[in-house]
Amino acid sequence: MMQLPKSSKQFFSEAGAISRFTAWFFHEAFRPRYEWKEFARQCYEIGYKSLPLIALTGFIMGLVLTMQLRPSMLEYGVEAKLPDIVSLSVVREIGPVITALIFAGKVGSGIGAELGSMKVTEQIDAMEVSGTNPYKYLVVTRVAATTLMLPVLVVLSDAISLYGGYLGVNIKAVTSWNLYITQVYNTLQFSDVLPAIIKTFLFGFAVGMVGCYKGYNSKKGTEGVGRSANSAVVFSSVIIFIIDLVVVQVTDIFGFN
Amino acid sequence: MEQQLTYPNENVISIRGLKKYFGENKVLDDFDLDLAKKENLVVLGRSGSGKSVLIKCIIGLLAPDSGRIEVLGKDVLSLDHQALDEIRIRIGFLFQSNALYDSMTVRENLEFPMRRHSIDLSEEDARQRIEEVLGNVGLSHTIDMMPSELSGGMMKRIALARTMILKPDIILYDEPTAGLDPVTGKEIIALIMDIRKKYNTAAIIISHDMKCVKATADKIILLQNGKNYKEGNYAFFKGSDDPYVQQFFE
Repeated sequence: MMQLPKSSKQFFSEAGAISRFTAWFFHEAFRPRYEWKEFARQCYEIGYKSLPLIALTGFIMGLVLTMQLRPSMLEYGVEAKLPDIVSLSVVREIGPVITALIFAGKVGSGIGAELGSMKVTEQIDAMEVSGTNPYKYLVVTRVAATTLMLPVLVVLSDAISLYGGYLGVNIKAVTSWNLYITQVYNTLQFSDVLPAIIKTFLFGFAVGMVGCYKGYNSKKGTEGVGRSANSAVVFSSVIIFIIDLVVVQVTDIFGFN
Repeated sequence: MEQQLTYPNENVISIRGLKKYFGENKVLDDFDLDLAKKENLVVLGRSGSGKSVLIKCIIGLLAPDSGRIEVLGKDVLSLDHQALDEIRIRIGFLFQSNALYDSMTVRENLEFPMRRHSIDLSEEDARQRIEEVLGNVGLSHTIDMMPSELSGGMMKRIALARTMILKPDIILYDEPTAGLDPVTGKEIIALIMDIRKKYNTAAIIISHDMKCVKATADKIILLQNGKNYKEGNYAFFKGSDDPYVQQFFE
């Protein structure tokens, strides 16, 4: 009988463990007791505290994208279409994906390190003996918060990015805010915005779930904590691209492109 | 109907034939233990001999492969989650790494078990309980501090205070003096003895520190290869000419 290589076995074993971990989320999330207070705290920690970083990167993203596109568009004589292209690029693809990657770097690694540290210092065990379901208290609240907060952050990032785009347009030309924003609104369709927003919920869920899985299953002391944080970022970044690829295919099938 | 085990001396914990394997590694193999009321029992053994696994099985953090664990007259292995939580209210657990919640102040750390176990206490009573246990460990002034602001010895005392917050009948101490300097270690030993005197608790103490063993043990169980190797009081072990025993007591 053919033997699977060790790395393949590890891959399938890890995939199975993550699947069980994810299934457990749905098992626990919809049964009382609901940890509303911890969920609200996590929304604040994950959402509000990520806002400055997301806003800054969003602004630079819009500005740089406009400045990079301008020479090519000028060459083809379609400079007037700059707001259209920038808004489509930002809202449909660059905004959600770049924001999700930054979110994975900041929040995913933070969750991985925090839960990993709690695991190796027996805080998770202490919670359990204190009458708390640690999975519900730590994992469900964090995954729910990342799932809910990332779409909000992406919407804000897109808006700031479009403002950056407006400044980018005005560096070498003069366009009024009214004209710019009217052009953006006329370009963007419901079919551009909806799939982009839907995929951010999936990105948020993936970042939270991977961060929690890596942290919750952290091993080998403090070295394991560092490894959990690192692999949480790498793994969730890869998953973000995979989800993006799948969502683009699905939206294409349903005629949203 | 399930029959309850009965033991002499009103034992608060009785363990029979406990087995716990991690893969091929037999950590506990047919282990037996009886803990009487108000008794301090020290479990001694080499690193990796299953001492911490034993107390984690008692409190339901690990599931043994076979055997029977009866705590306060209840078979913990057959309890549902709610019943297990009710038993856990009556057991304090001092973790080796203290396990204080980094994101919470000392007050919140102490409130946490009361809040989570839905202990029926008024705000005022809860506040008094916190002040009482902090007073017992001599750290009333740390109430609004974060764990990161405390020294190792202070963290151990706060962890001890948290262990006492629900006024348990039994306390499980996992290496209570590990990693502490001799003076702080002595203070922790004194606190363990004070707690027993004040609250009449029974305790299982996992320790390698022979000063702690000598000061606290009414009875000692020496583990070897997951089995009960020898059992007796400190004087019995000290006078033993068994080479394995002597490694610990010489």
